[in-house]
Amino acid sequence: MAADEISTLRRILREDRTIAVVGLSAEWHRPSYFAAKYMQGKGYRIVPVNPRYDEILGERCYKRLEDIPIKVDIVDVFRRTDDVGPIADSAIAIGARCLWQQIGVKNAAADAKVRAAGMDSVMDRCVKIEHARLFGGLHWAGVNTKVISAKRPVHHG
Amino acid sequence: MADRAFKPETLAIHAGQIPDRETGARALPIYQTTSFVFDSADHAASLFNLQTFGNVYSRLSNPTVAALEERVAALEGGRAGVASASGMAAEAMALMTMLQSGDHVVAAGALYGGSVTMLAVNLRKFGIETSFVDATNPDAFAAAMRPNTRAVFAESLGNPSLVVLDIAAVAEMAHAHGVPLVIDNTVPSPFLCNPIAFGADIVVHSATKYLGGHGTTLAGLVVESGTFPWDNGKFPGMTEPSPGYHGVKFFETFGDFAFTMRCRMETLRVYGAALSPQSAWQILQGVETLPLRMERHCSNALAVAQHLRAHPAVSWVNYPGLEDHPQHALMKRQMHGASGLLAFGVKPGAAGAAGGLANGVKFIESAQFMSHLVNIGDTRTLISHPASTTHRQLDEAQALAAGVRPDMIRISVGLEHIDDILWDIDQALAQASA
Repeated sequence: MAADEISTLRRILREDRTIAVVGLSAEWHRPSYFAAKYMQGKGYRIVPVNPRYDEILGERCYKRLEDIPIKVDIVDVFRRTDDVGPIADSAIAIGARCLWQQIGVKNAAADAKVRAAGMDSVMDRCVKIEHARLFGGLHWAGVNTKVISAKRPVHHG
Repeated sequence: MADRAFKPETLAIHAGQIPDRETGARALPIYQTTSFVFDSADHAASLFNLQTFGNVYSRLSNPTVAALEERVAALEGGRAGVASASGMAAEAMALMTMLQSGDHVVAAGALYGGSVTMLAVNLRKFGIETSFVDATNPDAFAAAMRPNTRAVFAESLGNPSLVVLDIAAVAEMAHAHGVPLVIDNTVPSPFLCNPIAFGADIVVHSATKYLGGHGTTLAGLVVESGTFPWDNGKFPGMTEPSPGYHGVKFFETFGDFAFTMRCRMETLRVYGAALSPQSAWQILQGVETLPLRMERHCSNALAVAQHLRAHPAVSWVNYPGLEDHPQHALMKRQMHGASGLLAFGVKPGAAGAAGGLANGVKFIESAQFMSHLVNIGDTRTLISHPASTTHRQLDEAQALAAGVRPDMIRISVGLEHIDDILWDIDQALAQASA
């Protein structure tokens, strides 16, 4: 399964509605905050994971993925490529459905590991940009979404 | 949805526009509105902070204009685009987004007259200096590079010089200096040439020309490739917190469409040369038939060039589609056709050397349906005398550097029947030479 296929990304973003954001910053101008606030606004449940904070975006912040008491669908990683290995192990351990490495984060070993565990895997892409590309919004910014269709879009998020 | 690399003919009709979410309208609705309501104060804050994508005010973005932006970005094989009120506005926006006082530009000498004036006069006022070089010689670009050079600017096919730029060679040189190559791709249109495929980083268009094709509407576009490394240390405005947009770091936040976002949120927003939704819609009606039209423009222009070359009243013909044009091989490598623009000189005849100019003017005044005006890329065949119109603000040296000879007649060959175009040319030449 090539996770960069439009159909795969659409399915992930339709079905997986709870996103643990590892490395989420509470600083409003940081890209992780941009992305999480956007996804929250689209109806996704955001679960912050960062030992430096108690609460971000009105949600309790956890030190580790294993501390989260609810089911997590996507583990969204805003950390350096070298740090992704243990995060992938945790994502498998908590039964997450998708490991999503953000733009610039490209840990191929982690990608292979979660795929072998039956999970979806996305690398070097922004969850906010892909959502906006496939469900509208990014189109309004003049971006080439590569969406060609005669179907009326369904309301989403 | 199956992934597929759709062909230009399909993109020209579909890219950037799916049926309307609210009404199911298949054709593109014209969202003729200045402003868009916010769902809540928090939604407004998110939009202003660029944390969510959406429309606020039509000077920044508009759903009808966005369809044109995405369509041309798709036709160019680019990552994103932003529209403007004219081609000159697009060029100004692209350059003003990447340049600041103290920067230097290396530009082709053979440029559209308005572009020469913008670089040589208007941007110079703001402390941005430009060196003009021979566009046929990639080494001339390299020789003009300075430590403070921040952009290389050229036309893929010069108007009206019809010089073909070796895009790959100039792009490679610019990239070796950490500088983007900006290409004005107006004359070929995205159907005949995709500069990004040869290494260009930013493409600008006067959509007024072939993209619209009907000669009714002004518009411009800036398209970015999404591959230039704006974090190479030469473009702090792309990487440092933006003082013009409350501290956003554009490259870190928007990655491969950061230039477009900055062009939109800093330059378009402040200078305000926004495209109206009505105009965007009119240009898009033309874009749908761009591939068909360009094929006919090319075949008609080649027939006109061959006819003129054999004509006893014509002293020279310049059309890159002719096999003996010095850049014919380069044109074939970079373009799917030589477009609809050509130039020629009317023989001086009995009046002597000065008669070349006089006979050229007589030719223009003798045409029956070929229109004397300064636009190009219309369905109609258009004729002009650049030395007395588009390039009259230039001195003779600048005009010659831009490829404009005093006796030059420019023809933008239209879509009328080729027999009728040749008839009008012949009867006008007969009157000019009488």
